[in-house]
Amino acid sequence: MNEMSRISRRIFLVFSLLTAGLASAQLSIEITGAGANRIPVSIVDFPGDPSASRVITATVRADLERSGLFKLIDNAGLAIDENAAVNYGDWKSRGADALASGSIARSTDGRMEARFRLYDTQKAVSLGGAAYVTNNAQLRAAGHRIADFIYEKLTGEKGVFSTRIAYVVKSRGQFLLQIADSDGQNAATALTSSEPIISPVWSPDGGRLAYVSFEKKKPVVYVHSLASGQRHIVANFKGSNSAPGWSPDGRKLAVVLSKDGFSQLYSVQADGSGLQRITQSSGIDTEPRYSADGGTIFFTSDRGGSPQVYQVGANGGEARRVTFEGSYNVSPRPSPDGKSLAFISRREGRFQLAVMDLASRQVQVLSDSHKDESPSFAPNSRMILIATEVGGRGVLSAVSSDGRIKQRLTVAAGDVREPAWGPYFQ
Amino acid sequence: MKKLLIPALLSALLVGCSTTPLPEDNAGAPVESRSGSSSGVAPVTAGGLDASGLPRELTDPKSKLSQRSIYFDLDKYEVKDEYKDLVAAHAKYLNANKGFKVLLQGNTDERGSREYNLSLGQKRAEAVKRSLSLLGVSEGQIESVSLGEEKPKNAGHDDSAWAENRRADILYKAADGRGEF
Repeated sequence: MNEMSRISRRIFLVFSLLTAGLASAQLSIEITGAGANRIPVSIVDFPGDPSASRVITATVRADLERSGLFKLIDNAGLAIDENAAVNYGDWKSRGADALASGSIARSTDGRMEARFRLYDTQKAVSLGGAAYVTNNAQLRAAGHRIADFIYEKLTGEKGVFSTRIAYVVKSRGQFLLQIADSDGQNAATALTSSEPIISPVWSPDGGRLAYVSFEKKKPVVYVHSLASGQRHIVANFKGSNSAPGWSPDGRKLAVVLSKDGFSQLYSVQADGSGLQRITQSSGIDTEPRYSADGGTIFFTSDRGGSPQVYQVGANGGEARRVTFEGSYNVSPRPSPDGKSLAFISRREGRFQLAVMDLASRQVQVLSDSHKDESPSFAPNSRMILIATEVGGRGVLSAVSSDGRIKQRLTVAAGDVREPAWGPYFQ
Repeated sequence: MKKLLIPALLSALLVGCSTTPLPEDNAGAPVESRSGSSSGVAPVTAGGLDASGLPRELTDPKSKLSQRSIYFDLDKYEVKDEYKDLVAAHAKYLNANKGFKVLLQGNTDERGSREYNLSLGQKRAEAVKRSLSLLGVSEGQIESVSLGEEKPKNAGHDDSAWAENRRADILYKAADGRGEF
């Protein structure tokens, strides 16, 4: 072996160690299902800066594909700008009902403008377009915005590709509260602790997370501003403090305190002031979540002998039981559109994601796994993120609210749990 | 001032020559109690404090008070009869040592919702608290909290691991703030 090849081999080894380290921090996504009627769409390459074009179009295509609602039609390697005339007949014969074209222009200050336009090939019309000014670091973000535009135009619902998710990774005895893009990329650690972190929830403005940290040898509720990293204690009363849930206006949090005995619901201002008791029961009341209109709170209680979901006025009053089937229904999460309620139901010893239509009270079990936890709705109410277990390891799974589409998100180096889907990009 | 200091320093040096000075923690209170004792000899237990600053009787494996865990049956939150003596021993110690505080940490097995388990662990800690209160321990000496399923003693996923994790632990803190929490 000559000197040169030995050096290159060593460089290769160092490089692969580095990339392995990077890969372990990223969530990787696997799709295990798709919608029944996927919309065939083609995303052509965008002329202009080829590397920027590759990043943006790859992001758009991956987003649409991952949603399970689109079927990507081969673009035949074509690069077409947004203003070029579209040969509708040609794209129709390729099987594409819709086509997106675009361009990347670099401005003198080094920034880029990504322009695109979406066409309906069946009706032979433009469905509109947009331009996003971006830089190299934000190319994927621009791709997510374009995918959101296409998703909304073609499905009639808002897209959630530009949203972020929070989750907790347990790795080598450390607990990491991480934030990532909805596709699992760009993971950043907001908090590292040697003690557990649970129950993260996003403020409605997407700037803060409330969560429970055990760093004081007991559960304490914190609010953490993501941009500044500043955090403050919202509830640290005698006993346990847990299960924060934001009010839709972002001013208050429902929390669970044991300062007066067993776990009971209280509300508190986001700065920790103005504590008010909401429930008065002789058992456990926990996991409060405000309804979309802020008027009521869904929660878990064992007041009837087994843990079931109840609903109470946001300021207290008489609670009404919501779940009846089975002996263990917990972790209620009302959908942002107010139409349904996701929760975890124990069926024959398996903990599974279930969804109730709040109008008809019909319940549908959406998963076939055995250890589902912590459901969290996407802001468009279309997908539900849960923690589950595969091969003894914690993974995240996103399930469409009709149960047809499933995505699995894993982190190579550890257990992932406690997911929370953030609000729309603002 | 100077005249008083010099003899004091000299005597300290002389003592220092003949014996190894004891660390302050282990010196105990023999000098003060000498006058109070009829024999003029104060009984001193060697090494009165352990590494966490707690009296050895709380941590010495031979002492009943070193037993700090109370185990619970599945879906149960009452202190079983077999732990009544243990709880009574801790109540007696806390009643005799009002400066000491305990943190009662309730735990559950891993099955089910994390937050609901946190509340179940709280129920277990509350049960131990109630037992201590009934035996006269003051409210101010006890805090009951829950770790839910988050800090398993046994990381396994079978019945025996789960049984080990359905538990309440008693942690002590001395009046000077040193201890286990």
